[in-house]
Amino acid sequence: MTGTASTTSTAATAAAAPTPPASRRTALSRWARRPWGLYAAIAFAGVLALAAVAPQLLATHDPLALDYPHSLHGPSWANWFGTDESGRDLYSRVVFGARESLLIGLGAAAVGIVLALLLGSLAALAVKPAAVVVDRLVEILFTFPALLLALLLIAISGPSAVTEIFAVGLGTAPGYARMIRGQILSAKRSAYVEAATALGHSRRRIVFAHILPNALRPLVAVFALSVGQSIVWASSLSFLGLGVAPPSSEWGALLDAGRQYIVQAGWLIVVPGLVIVAVALTATTIGRHLQSALERGEK
Amino acid sequence: MSAPRLKVENLHVAFTAGGRRREVVGGVSFELAAGECVAIVGESGSGKSVTARALVGLAGRTARVDAEVLEIHAADVRGFTARQWQRLRGLEVGFILQDALVSLDPLRRVGAEVGEALRLHRWGTRASRSARVIELLTRVGVPRASARARQRPDQLSGGLRQRALIASAIALDPDIVIADEPTTALDVTVQAQVLSELEGMKRRGASLILISHDLSVVAQLADQILVMRAGEVLEQGSAAQVLGAPVHEYTRALIDAVPTEHTRGSRLSPVPVPEAALGAPALAPAPASAQAGPVLEARALSKNFRTPDGSITRAVDDVSFDLGPGETLGIVGESGSGKSTTARLVLGLESLDSGTVRLLGQDWSGIPERARRPLRRRISVVSQDPLSSFDPRWNVERILVDAVPRSEYRSTAARKARAVELLGFVGLGPEVLPRFPLRLSGGQRQRVAIARALAPRPSLIVLDEAVSALDVTVQAQILDLLVAVQASSGVSYLFISHDLGVIGHLSDRVLVMKDGVVVETGEPAEIFGNPQHPYTRELIASIPEFDPAAIAERK
Repeated sequence: MTGTASTTSTAATAAAAPTPPASRRTALSRWARRPWGLYAAIAFAGVLALAAVAPQLLATHDPLALDYPHSLHGPSWANWFGTDESGRDLYSRVVFGARESLLIGLGAAAVGIVLALLLGSLAALAVKPAAVVVDRLVEILFTFPALLLALLLIAISGPSAVTEIFAVGLGTAPGYARMIRGQILSAKRSAYVEAATALGHSRRRIVFAHILPNALRPLVAVFALSVGQSIVWASSLSFLGLGVAPPSSEWGALLDAGRQYIVQAGWLIVVPGLVIVAVALTATTIGRHLQSALERGEK
Repeated sequence: MSAPRLKVENLHVAFTAGGRRREVVGGVSFELAAGECVAIVGESGSGKSVTARALVGLAGRTARVDAEVLEIHAADVRGFTARQWQRLRGLEVGFILQDALVSLDPLRRVGAEVGEALRLHRWGTRASRSARVIELLTRVGVPRASARARQRPDQLSGGLRQRALIASAIALDPDIVIADEPTTALDVTVQAQVLSELEGMKRRGASLILISHDLSVVAQLADQILVMRAGEVLEQGSAAQVLGAPVHEYTRALIDAVPTEHTRGSRLSPVPVPEAALGAPALAPAPASAQAGPVLEARALSKNFRTPDGSITRAVDDVSFDLGPGETLGIVGESGSGKSTTARLVLGLESLDSGTVRLLGQDWSGIPERARRPLRRRISVVSQDPLSSFDPRWNVERILVDAVPRSEYRSTAARKARAVELLGFVGLGPEVLPRFPLRLSGGQRQRVAIARALAPRPSLIVLDEAVSALDVTVQAQILDLLVAVQASSGVSYLFISHDLGVIGHLSDRVLVMKDGVVVETGEPAEIFGNPQHPYTRELIASIPEFDPAAIAERK
């Protein structure tokens, strides 16, 4: 299908241009240069969304059905990703784990960005003493190991999905807060803000009409990147047994459960690990393309 | 006469991008004799720089260069390989690049940069090379050359950097030197030094190809002139012929577009000023501002800045002036003279260390920003780079509507109608409204910036290098527009520029600044005709003389 499409487009350009061999090459290279990675990422994101909304459509087994005779079987036609120590179908467990895993990732990214937005805007826009205090706070949070922060939060309120969301959100916030602060400051010092000041516009009007919209434009892309990062983070916490508890099949929890069988049944760790990597890659690929599309839009 | 050093016939350069072929130079022919200077004149996009690069094999890989004849020292160079070109450049042809700021490696000492050509061409020994570098730097007028050679580019002023570039181009004594805009972005006194160095090279027998947009620079050096526009050579002949008795109307327009103190009161551009700008009552300052006293009173303005190394520079030191209604005060000075800081102090965008500014008889500098806001409508600004002064997310309509005071134009429709009216004043149609500044030409952007400045009907517009980045014919149109707007609205201008010609053309009074201090003030006729302060004299003497009639007589 794509093959025929590409040949017709080659023929069309060849007819228009005086030198056919060169244009065939450019048509081919243009075809090769299309963002295939992005297409793959969007397709995978679609599958993930389906898994999160209606996992029963994708799953082949009941994710909780115990089947001890079939425990710790390797990947096969019947069980695509193999089975775990209780004979549960790993593929179905991964599918059913998508909703919780993605919710934690998205939630953590949202918490992180909102927190960062708050701290970053305050550090850049608040009146002098308050801004300095917030700025220092962000810097302290930034130098503090994120894992330690997360552990602290979990120690206070016990492991659960909600705690995990806030722990990861708090861990990622300082980095984004610094980025947002920088964006706002550079908009604040821009010539167009000076021009608006010279027109006699109020500070409030300048902040909402110029500074915030320009400073926060790249945030869409940053959010997508952050989702990928957050999923990896949340899985690490679950892997350490500090996240969602079994029998949930959240992907980090799957890793945690598979850890004991790492020698006999490596797939229990490898497969969920690969899924996490694929999800993170998907999010960052989409984020990266969003970012460059935004930059192109500016030009 | 012996064979020409460089001969080119029917040179074509085309670029291929995205499968499309675009010709940027269409048929350039000339001969360059020993000790002669051929100048290629044109505005941006005329193909003058590409022509120069094509002559030395630097047009780039995507360029297709064709010529019936292209000979350097009677050798056909058309089929030259990259390696052959490399041998030729430096040894026989020196190339002075346009921008001294970016053409020098910031991590390399100046001496190494200048000696690079010598090293590449295996000239002499290491010791003789460094001696040669010192000799070259001295020759192009770098003081204390041996100390300077050990410095890095950021420690050198723009003029010294440009001279270092010239030194590296002539390191191997090439007898053809190509200079691409060698004085652009240099202060006028530095420009004079660079020009006299180029003149000296010519006297010593070098042949020069000079690329420039500046006719007054070209007039100093050229024996032969090619006028280019959009890749075509429109006119070609001896300097006296082209400048003195131009045949093509574009050449005529280029010559007439050059502002000087003698062009005061006359139009610079054949393009008519927009009808709407003539006698437009809607432009006049609001009646509240109609008053007898000066529009602006600046008294003993001072401003210090702390430099990164902790020392304090006096950016502006005890500057005072008055500006009356409908008057234009020109502030002229070289880079670092404090003229732009003065503009920012007047605009209330920078706080004063001491002194006072009064606007329309009211206190302006001594009040908090909140109290200043209602008065801000009386004073507008147009900057050198209009693009960065527009919010990148906004199109022309939003930019202008935003600047129209809501108190006077209450409805959105009224504000939009006003925006269209404002565009009319500056000679743009309503079709510009949905466009983004990035997609406008430099002249159009500056027109939009002027329209925005006019929106609140100010009594005073501060123009900070407002025409400095424009091509000369576009600059002429904008200057004509400014004159017309002032005549019909009675607005005052505080016009800041490094360009003495522009200042002389526009100003009723001139303030000459150097190192933050006003060294001389007076009417243009006094300043240009009978300068008192030594610095003013140096400044005036540095202006390349541009008098087409005199050039014609030289023949």
